[in-house]
Amino acid sequence: MENMSQYPLEITGDPRPMVSFRKVRKAYGSLVVLDDLDLDVAAGEMVSIIGPSGSGKTTVLRMLMTLETINSGVIYVDGKPLTHMPKNGKLIPANQSHLRERRADIGMCFQHFNLFPHMTALENCMEGPVQVLGMPKAEARDRSEELLELVGMIGKKDQHPSRLSGGQQQRVAIARALAMRPKVMLFDEVTSALDPEVIGEVTNVIRKLVSEHNLTMLMVTHQMGFARDISDRVCFFYGGKIEEQGPPAELFGNPKKERTQKFLSAVKEAI
Amino acid sequence: MVDWRWDFVWEILPRLLQATGNTLIAAIAGYGIALVLGLFLALGQRTPYRIVTLIIREVVEFIRSTPLILQIFFIFYVGPQFGIRLSPWMSGMIAIGLHYACYLSEVYRGGIESVPRGQWEAATALNMSTLQKYRRVIIPQAIPSALAGMGNYLVGIFKDTPMLSVIGVAELIHTANAIGSENYRFLEPYTMVGLIFLAISLPTAGLIRAFEGYVRRKLGM
Amino acid sequence: MTFIEFFGQYWPRLLSGTGITIAQFFLAAILGIAISLAMALLKLSNNRILRCSAITYIEVFRGTSLLVQLYWIFFVLPLFGITIEKFTAGYIAVGMNIGAYGAELVRGGILSVPKGQWEAALAINMSPAKRMRRIILPQALVNMLPPWGNLMIELLKGTALVSLISVTDLMFEAKQINASTFLSAQIFGTALVIYYILARFFVTPFMRWLERFMARKMGRA
Repeated sequence: MENMSQYPLEITGDPRPMVSFRKVRKAYGSLVVLDDLDLDVAAGEMVSIIGPSGSGKTTVLRMLMTLETINSGVIYVDGKPLTHMPKNGKLIPANQSHLRERRADIGMCFQHFNLFPHMTALENCMEGPVQVLGMPKAEARDRSEELLELVGMIGKKDQHPSRLSGGQQQRVAIARALAMRPKVMLFDEVTSALDPEVIGEVTNVIRKLVSEHNLTMLMVTHQMGFARDISDRVCFFYGGKIEEQGPPAELFGNPKKERTQKFLSAVKEAI
Repeated sequence: MVDWRWDFVWEILPRLLQATGNTLIAAIAGYGIALVLGLFLALGQRTPYRIVTLIIREVVEFIRSTPLILQIFFIFYVGPQFGIRLSPWMSGMIAIGLHYACYLSEVYRGGIESVPRGQWEAATALNMSTLQKYRRVIIPQAIPSALAGMGNYLVGIFKDTPMLSVIGVAELIHTANAIGSENYRFLEPYTMVGLIFLAISLPTAGLIRAFEGYVRRKLGM
Repeated sequence: MTFIEFFGQYWPRLLSGTGITIAQFFLAAILGIAISLAMALLKLSNNRILRCSAITYIEVFRGTSLLVQLYWIFFVLPLFGITIEKFTAGYIAVGMNIGAYGAELVRGGILSVPKGQWEAALAINMSPAKRMRRIILPQALVNMLPPWGNLMIELLKGTALVSLISVTDLMFEAKQINASTFLSAQIFGTALVIYYILARFFVTPFMRWLERFMARKMGRA
């Protein structure tokens, strides 16, 4: 059993990081997916996560969204522990109600959109605010229409997902996540399932978010050019650890570690 | 061709039709019980408490793997052994409702499991409670796939009502037997029973298929 | 009397009843499989008459209840000059009933074999019969085995109905013992457990083994 007293009950500091991974480990039997990961993301920072498959990048996002449990370590969001909760001055694993409370700060967009097929685009966006936040329908509708406008999908608000293209669905998914006003937005390979010609639709929306909003964002992506353009920091993951990280100009322009260099040159070849 | 007496057919038809009414009531009541109980059994096999899930799973398997007619006898006769008198109707309803609830729980489970995992994750990402996830996202998507199975069992329940005759419920076969014994003629009663079954089950099956298509369209799927 | 005493006294009858049930099961299964195969092939044939006959058979036997079919074969056929003794009538009825359901499973299995297989067989100039026997059916078999498992359980449960025409199977013995002792919970409970054991520990594992065996033979495991 881990000694939980090595982890603080709260992350303080000025400025306080919005997201903090402290010695987070995830393993499936003997397969280690995340190996004692330490990662801090500042408020308003845009972090891109790149790396080969199996390096643990998607797991980082999924754990933050509480879709996966962690084996050891603690994750903090906005200073407060996410995966654990304080009790009698100690940290114990979080129960369901604590998770629900903390989860409200985080939103996620998925590779395969996961829009609710039995609802229209507008209804998809309204669902969270009405059902979970208890917002009155009229207010939820206003907020949703505003967001659909932002992502350029207001014209199709009454369409069902089956009638929308991949790029269109992903944009609606972004609006749906934003409707919950999370503090942290997670993008899990949101363009990987799209045809090349519509990738721009989605990346433009994310560009807008970065320039117009002060959201903290973590993005797992294979779009290197895009990551280079909009990120504040890029993390290269390898074997469940951060191999190298830094501002995009540095990491892409002058990678220091051998593995980073190998990965980046392999990606360049593939284009 | 043996001698088929049409006059006899007209004579017994009213009685047979009344029994048909009883049969339909029994089938629909049993189905109603099964629809609701089945949902509880399906969700009960998905609780986070392993012991509950395991027990419900075993009970459902047991009931599904053993003959309905034996279960009918069990419920009808065991009650009195411990002092609880159940009328044939009640025993029949309980037995059929329970048996078909177990079938329907499998259909519901299949429907729920056919909903892609991404839907669960999207609902989690929106911070929905478990109840909200089921009510707003999962069950609406589970139902169209489950409808075919649910419809089959509606027809199935109707065809199993003759088993109630063995404990004295005055449904179709029971009445046919009575008519046959009274008049020493079984040809017309049994044949009519067969035709009545066909007349009800075939159109019902067709209606169910049509209904399934309608629900799919209505849900935009 | 305690359960041990009860079991000690009645196990011979339960054993003989179980034996009859198992015999009915195997005979009905063989008949059912043969009919399923025949009806599926007829329904897939290009000849309209053959196709319609198959459809009629399937719809009639699926649209009416097994109990009605059983009574019809045992009580009504004699009026047409066809008298069948009860043991035979039992498994014939169950077999014909299962055959109708199984026909759809066989048909589904055959249709699920990729079109390329038919074409490849044609390209090496195989006759239709050979093609069906050597190429299509083996592949269809692997695909249709899982739902056949369920059908076999239904078959087992269906055999319980033959007790109603006085075939001395497990269900019949249970009813007799109940009538003389009124130890309903013990006798019907034991009968339920025996059916459950037959289903869960014999039929289902065998079908699963068959699935794995066929999958290996097809090089898919």
